[in-house]
Amino acid sequence: MTNALLTGANASTEVPLKRRLRRAERTRQVKALALVAPLLVFLLFTFAGPIAGMLWRAVDDREVRQVLPQTIAALANWDGKDLPNEGAYAALASDILAARAAGTIAIAAKRLNYALNGFRTILTSTARNLKAVPEPGTAKETLAKINPAWRERATWTTIKDAGGPMTGFYLLAALDLTRNADGAIVAAPADQAIYRDIFVRTFLISLGVTALCLILGFPVAYLLATLPPGRSNLLMIFVLLPFWTSLLVRTCAWIVLLQSKGVVNDSLHWLGIIDEPLRLIYNRFGVCVAMTHVLLPFMILPLYSSMKAISPAYMRAAASLGAPPLTAFLRIYLPQTLPGIGAGSLLVFILALGYYITPALVGGAADQMISYFIALYTTETANWGLASALGAVLLLATLLLALVYGKLVQGQQVTGGMKN
Amino acid sequence: MLKRKIGKIALGFAAALGASAALATVGEARDLTVVSWGGAYQDAQKKVYFEPFKKASGAPMNDESWDGGVGVLRAKVQGGAATWDVVQVESDELAVGCEEGLFEKLDYSRIGGEAAYIPPSVNPCGVGAILYDFVLGYDKDKLKEAPGGWADFFDTKKIPGKRALRQGPKTTLEIALMADGVAPKDVYKVLATDEGVDRAFRKLDTIKGDIVWWKAGAQPPQLLASGEVAMTSVYNGRIDTANKNEKKNFGMVWDGALFTLDSWVILKGSPNKDAAYKFLDFAGKAENQSKLSENIAYGTSNKDAAGRLAPAVLKDLPTAPDNIKNAVEINVGFWLENIDRLTERFNKWAAK
Repeated sequence: MTNALLTGANASTEVPLKRRLRRAERTRQVKALALVAPLLVFLLFTFAGPIAGMLWRAVDDREVRQVLPQTIAALANWDGKDLPNEGAYAALASDILAARAAGTIAIAAKRLNYALNGFRTILTSTARNLKAVPEPGTAKETLAKINPAWRERATWTTIKDAGGPMTGFYLLAALDLTRNADGAIVAAPADQAIYRDIFVRTFLISLGVTALCLILGFPVAYLLATLPPGRSNLLMIFVLLPFWTSLLVRTCAWIVLLQSKGVVNDSLHWLGIIDEPLRLIYNRFGVCVAMTHVLLPFMILPLYSSMKAISPAYMRAAASLGAPPLTAFLRIYLPQTLPGIGAGSLLVFILALGYYITPALVGGAADQMISYFIALYTTETANWGLASALGAVLLLATLLLALVYGKLVQGQQVTGGMKN
Repeated sequence: MLKRKIGKIALGFAAALGASAALATVGEARDLTVVSWGGAYQDAQKKVYFEPFKKASGAPMNDESWDGGVGVLRAKVQGGAATWDVVQVESDELAVGCEEGLFEKLDYSRIGGEAAYIPPSVNPCGVGAILYDFVLGYDKDKLKEAPGGWADFFDTKKIPGKRALRQGPKTTLEIALMADGVAPKDVYKVLATDEGVDRAFRKLDTIKGDIVWWKAGAQPPQLLASGEVAMTSVYNGRIDTANKNEKKNFGMVWDGALFTLDSWVILKGSPNKDAAYKFLDFAGKAENQSKLSENIAYGTSNKDAAGRLAPAVLKDLPTAPDNIKNAVEINVGFWLENIDRLTERFNKWAAK
């Protein structure tokens, strides 16, 4: 075994210590790896694999290439300045006839329609009306007669751009960008440029909810950590009870509480504080309230565990040395809770980023977060490319934030287990 | 020692993988699974289709529910482990799924022939199950006078209070145009122009602050019942169910209603195709369909089903002559072409 590793004719019989040490080290590493291998394989299949698949879908663009192969080949040498030559028209005609027979026209039509609204009609109507292969040399006029769009340069650049096999189209769209007819990246038309705003909205709501959770959760966690065990356990049950209740139930309970004839408005009305019901739901306020309530335990539990570890002797020592309560709190207690604050905030923030059902049920049309749109494009319109691109942008932004956060608190064990 | 343990773990892992593969193959010899929309509707279907079919055929079947979305069907079929056989889909899911080859082409000779069904319900990939409407719904206990139609829906002076509409451009833009005086039959002609889309959004602007947006069909009756809104767009069957089961006193305005069809499809590659056809044949018979309309106020696809109904039942159905007179069919082709663009535009408008 050891000899096998030795090379050279006059190899010494004595293996250097350094190498033996390395070998022992390596054996240990291999054994450790073998122990975690099942979990690693499991994660690879159920977590990393699907995520890679999602990222791949954001750039995958083979639909048009599969349906109109000859056309894409014919357009490869087209400079995009004037209309393509007769050969490209003939290739398109024969592709359309073949695709119609195979029933695949709609797949290309759908993809091209994303880039140029109305393309679905152009392609399906052409397929319907093209009866046979045009005579050589007449493909151009035949197609143009069926649909004048075939005389437009933009129609052809759209096909060429969608030729794949990979595209930045979806990722650009997720950032409100598009390519113009000359291939330059420009801002998307104003009435379609919505995703940047929605990302900003998602981050702002998550940030607000995180801040609210911290403000509300900190005193509760402090109480939990300092009360005698009996009462602290009772309080802990109050924290955990909602934690164990279904998310949907809690969201609907807020609808009952906050609607215009709900518990809160009726009570205020009965007390004579308001005449007209306040709008507490189907707006940003409702979203923040419901999400804060749902996510509060995720803030309280890490805070509680970090506070539990702080010895009360520190505060007593600070007081005996003459520190007023506020100073003692700010300089002695607060710094020791930072790991808990960090872990809780990161947990709440990242969970909030992906929230879907709560804003969907208690938010208005202007309060939907990015996950609503990812779900919409995944299930309703089946635009998986855009859904994946939005998911990829969200994932990237979240990772970046976590990294920045990790850099900010360098050296402190506050990343909730996320090492940088 | 450790090596042997690792070997054991690997063995265990291999065994687990083998077991899951075995389970997957067991899953192929499964019972017929029919998927519908859940709620009161699926309860009615259980009563008049699923249970009687099980009795009549002697074959086992399961029913599940789903929330729609062609993406879900695509994942089922392309994932290669479709656990569903017969699914009830909306018209746009039918069109896209048919184009993408997600459904079996139907052999109408096995379900009573094309002539047995009303023309809009006959499709190469599916057969109509129900015809239903988006109507204007209101609470008769709160509004003494029935609203005149969509124009009143947008008139907050005449009828104060909030309104609810379905979130997104579909149905919302059509309703806005009808409120602005466009005749039901011209709605899509107008909406196909940029000017028409602008006009719809301008109309929506007039009551923007008073709109609550609903996302699921169960929400509008709840919004009416809680007094959150004075009027809402709503599926007609939901109003009927609320009146029957919750003893509500809700009313509907049929004028300018938007109607659409849901269809039964058989998922591509279903291992239970024969049983699926037997079920579709059973659910397509007039005597069974008329029982559905007696339980829930939806029109059905068999030509002879309406004739078997009592006039009292028929008058509340979308297919009653008076109710369909001024209704407009939701244009699937238009929305397939424009849904992405108008969804973006709608959200831009909503965020303003």
